[in-house]
Amino acid sequence: MSAVAHESLQFHLETEHHPQNGTLLGFWLYLMSDCLIFACMFAVYGVLGRSYAGGPTGAELFELPLVALNTSLLLLSSITYGFAMLEMHRNRQRATLIWLAMTGLLGAGFIGIELYEFTHLIADGAGPQRSAFLSSFFTLVGTHGLHVSCGIIWLITLMVQVSKKGLIAENKRRLWCLSMFWHFLDVVWIGVFSFVYLMGVLP
Amino acid sequence: MSIKALRGLLLPAVLLLTGCQTVLMSPSGDVALQQRNLIVTSLVLMLLIIVPVIALTLFFAWRYRASNKKAAYDPEWNHSTMLELLIWSAPLLIIIALGAITWVSTHKLDPFRPLDRVSEGRATQADVKPLTVEVVALDWKWLFIYPEQGIATVNELAAPVDRPIQFKITASTVMNSFFVPALAGQIYAMPGMETKLHAVINKPGVFEGFSANYSGAGFSGMHFKFLGMSDGEFAQWVDRAKEGDALTRESYQQLEKPSQNDAVRRYASVAPGLYEAIVNLCVEPGRECMNETMAKDARGHGAHGSKSDDSKPDDGRGDMPMSHSP
Amino acid sequence: MLRATSTAPVTKMSDHPDLAKLIFGRLTWDAIPFHEPILLYTFIAVALGGIVTLGAITYFRLWGYLWREWFTSIDHKKIGIMYMVLGLVMLLRGFADAIMMRLQQAVAFGDATGYLPPHHYDQIFTAHGVIMIFFVAMPIVTGLMNYIVPLQIGARDVAFPFLNNFSFWMTTSGAVLVMMSLFVGEFARTGWLAYPPLSGIAASPDVGVDYYIWALQIAGVGTLLSGINLLVTIIKMRAPGMKLMQMPVFTWTALCTNVLIVAAFPVLTAVLALLSLDRYVGTHMFTNELGGNAMMYVNLIWIWGHPEVYILILPMFGVFSEVVSTFSRKRLFGYTSMVYASIVITVLAYLVWLHHFFTMGSGASVNSFFGITTMIISIPTGAKIFNWLFTMYRGRITFELPMMWTVAFMVTFAIGGMTGVLLAVPPADFSLHNSLFLIAHFHNVIIGGVLFGAFAAINFWFPKAFGFKLDPFWGKCSFWLWVVGFYFAFMPLYVLGLMGVTRRLSHFEDPSLQIWFQIAAFGAVLIALGIACMLIQFVVSFRRRESLRDHSGDPWNGRTLEWSTSSPPPDYNFAFTPRVHDADAWWQMKQHDYRRPTNGFLAIHMPKNTGAGIILAGISTVLGFTLIWQMWLLAGLSFAALLAVAIGHTFNYKRDYYIPAEEVARVEAARTELLASHV
Repeated sequence: MSAVAHESLQFHLETEHHPQNGTLLGFWLYLMSDCLIFACMFAVYGVLGRSYAGGPTGAELFELPLVALNTSLLLLSSITYGFAMLEMHRNRQRATLIWLAMTGLLGAGFIGIELYEFTHLIADGAGPQRSAFLSSFFTLVGTHGLHVSCGIIWLITLMVQVSKKGLIAENKRRLWCLSMFWHFLDVVWIGVFSFVYLMGVLP
Repeated sequence: MSIKALRGLLLPAVLLLTGCQTVLMSPSGDVALQQRNLIVTSLVLMLLIIVPVIALTLFFAWRYRASNKKAAYDPEWNHSTMLELLIWSAPLLIIIALGAITWVSTHKLDPFRPLDRVSEGRATQADVKPLTVEVVALDWKWLFIYPEQGIATVNELAAPVDRPIQFKITASTVMNSFFVPALAGQIYAMPGMETKLHAVINKPGVFEGFSANYSGAGFSGMHFKFLGMSDGEFAQWVDRAKEGDALTRESYQQLEKPSQNDAVRRYASVAPGLYEAIVNLCVEPGRECMNETMAKDARGHGAHGSKSDDSKPDDGRGDMPMSHSP
Repeated sequence: MLRATSTAPVTKMSDHPDLAKLIFGRLTWDAIPFHEPILLYTFIAVALGGIVTLGAITYFRLWGYLWREWFTSIDHKKIGIMYMVLGLVMLLRGFADAIMMRLQQAVAFGDATGYLPPHHYDQIFTAHGVIMIFFVAMPIVTGLMNYIVPLQIGARDVAFPFLNNFSFWMTTSGAVLVMMSLFVGEFARTGWLAYPPLSGIAASPDVGVDYYIWALQIAGVGTLLSGINLLVTIIKMRAPGMKLMQMPVFTWTALCTNVLIVAAFPVLTAVLALLSLDRYVGTHMFTNELGGNAMMYVNLIWIWGHPEVYILILPMFGVFSEVVSTFSRKRLFGYTSMVYASIVITVLAYLVWLHHFFTMGSGASVNSFFGITTMIISIPTGAKIFNWLFTMYRGRITFELPMMWTVAFMVTFAIGGMTGVLLAVPPADFSLHNSLFLIAHFHNVIIGGVLFGAFAAINFWFPKAFGFKLDPFWGKCSFWLWVVGFYFAFMPLYVLGLMGVTRRLSHFEDPSLQIWFQIAAFGAVLIALGIACMLIQFVVSFRRRESLRDHSGDPWNGRTLEWSTSSPPPDYNFAFTPRVHDADAWWQMKQHDYRRPTNGFLAIHMPKNTGAGIILAGISTVLGFTLIWQMWLLAGLSFAALLAVAIGHTFNYKRDYYIPAEEVARVEAARTELLASHV
């Protein structure tokens, strides 16, 4: 190989070496793997979504206005998170925290409406045990809801950490990760909304 | 064809190696025979590359051992376009050949496809209707229903020599695989679904059949005899079954209960529509048949809304996930 | 076997709200197998062994040492070693299962029913498969990558050291659950992939499948996180100058493997989650009734399952590449085509899953498509074999143990690959599917490929990890017993497969089969001796360590960076970060008469140990156990604890420290002295 030609090759660094921080890449990879879990749930819904087993169909069950409200809450929460990140860049701790709190409240509203929807379905005899369609519906939507709930717990944790330690580099990195997580869930929800609810009410 | 010649050479060698006439290498049904030929052909094709590889490995290992100072030593030699082309293209050529064989044979030997020959050189005759056998894998025994003869048997299967057989296969609770190695390859038996297998037996005799997919505690005892018979013997065999009891829906529900190492049973008659009910999981009284449910689902409404229009008669097949129309 | 009613048994819990049920769930004294003598004696032996081990640790006051230096260590080298230990320990359990099966099949003919009733036998083959794949092969592969990759790329640790420790303990937690199923309750009786409806609540109402689910889910978390970790490590932490096409081949295969892990394990997580919903909540994803579809499970699990086999074999391809070029004293032939072959295999791994169930009745075109894609994989694999061949060509081959394993691999794997392609021809598969031919095939590639590779790797890198070589005499005994034992154990299974014998049978009628099973059992005994020799090899090597000592750090005249540092490497791996100009970086350094620096050392930034990983995994074990036995109260509490500890851990901001420059100088000076005294 050509290497032999150079006689004065450097074979080590004489200064301290700082490899790039891989947290954001790692977190992004995690999100992609999570995305695959959702992909499986979507695929399962795709296979089972019309197996009503003689039970109720999506067209009969889904209340689009409620879902629309739900969707807007989640989309709004992504925007408020975006404002939180802008404030973070300006190093304004208080404003960041306020926007984060709003994001958390919107997320909680989303979860609240979802739980309301679920309890109603179950009370109407359209629980996850009724048919394969409902099994896959509850699984897909529930998995998303579980993620949002985890996101809220994480958000609260981060708010405590930011208020205790301030906007230090570690906390900024964590806010970045949560922001990716939050937006990711938003994107997944758009999939759920279109694929499950909108297409579900179509004949 | 050189492949055929090679096969002729290799077949005795394979048989010799295996030490005895194994059932897969000397089957008695035409489908299994074609599968055997395919196995041998593929094996020969691959040996074209595997034998040199193994030989070269051992040869290079010996030749370039450190103690052999006479052998050439070239520590920086690590690339040769010529060789690289060769080592990618040689396997590629083999796989192209094998891929072509695969495509053709997979279509020809598709178990869902009716036979076009009963043995080499003998096409199926248009006037010979295939013998239909409905196969149900139960826990842990096999039920065979002969709709044409109106009989059913447990753990014993028979068919006349050289008459094409069409198996319709399902299961009661869990997955099994219907396999008579001397006759033809296997296919899964799954609850709520129907698979098919077309085969023909060319030699009279008693052959082993069993489940080839683990299905629980009684799995090891889930085997049966497959009898290849002359037409006359088969008629007698059918008559013997006619001496048995009737297989009603109630007796089926008894039979369906898990049991192990069951003896052969014969039924003189079979309740009408029993097999369809088994496939559609509605033998139990009061259960809606799966095909009816699915037909309703396909019309896009369930129990709640009932816009009962366009009620297309269901043929009980299109909705079964696994039913192929040949 | 009862039909599933739409209410799962779980919901019945609310009818009996008594406290004992809430605390103990389904667990009663009946769950302890007092009535099964084999299990009882095993339990007594394990308990005694456990007491002796724990007693010895206490007596020699090793708890503190183990806790500080190993259990809480975030050093990738120590975690790598712990993974290997886990894999080897579980190998003993998995092999015990194997030899019990071989024995049963060798005797259970006609009137003789053998010594294992189906209830027990069915658990054994399920556990054997699960353990060998998830808790032997995976830990060994992950352990190797953990140990070697950072050293080969000139890094000080992995990208997320704490996560690495956590991943290891999660894998261990899964293994612990599988082991517990031996003595508390039972394991699944479903086969290692637990196909529904058999694994559904109707056909398997016991805890067996739940043990299966939770063991794999918990271990799966570990595997996924370690996959992400190693990926980021390889992408972000390579030494300056190391371009992708200059990474050692082992690192390349590790990269491909971790891509596969990250892209395949979520599917397993999802499909097992769906199965547990069917079992716990009473949903109808895979049931026979109300629209469920079991075929979907089979598809999904193999979408994970097929990449999984490449996850196991690819790193071993890397191992063989390193070994062949090192012991042939020659640059690897066709580095570029080796890399591309690995990438092609990685991509194709996702396009072949259906070949595991041609017999499910897909159409001919679908079957041929998957058959042909499967065959295409043999092209890059074949290219790899040829590359190793031409690396040997015009080399100076020394037959040390790693090289012996490699040659055995090349011959054995070629045979296994051939039978694999045969099985990829759908009509041939209709005859061979699920037969002992198939069993012979995948043992042929997994033992001949993954295990031989693991043994090559252990013999190759052991001196790096511990500072002394492994004893060659006992290593050769082990080698020959394993290789010969393998052929005795599995060639008869090919024959039996051609005789139409299917897998997972605990009893046979046809007496003409028996001789083949007896030969196979003999082979298994040889393998048992091979394992024994390997254990002896470890003990003997430890006792003779002074005469086997490697002072140079480079016992085999190696080619890649791990051989440039001392054996064992210091905590910080490299005093100065290497600068790389060539794929065989260390070889090039040697050719340039590289002199290690002896002064000018700087303080080195390192991550700090933490106990959070083992604590979190411990709570996960409890959570898994309580979920298996439906002890809802404790499950709730342990889940809350898990959350609390995880959140608590994030409040720890002081996760790193500096090794002072004087300390580095002292360690390096000691090495300089050592090297000088052993010229």
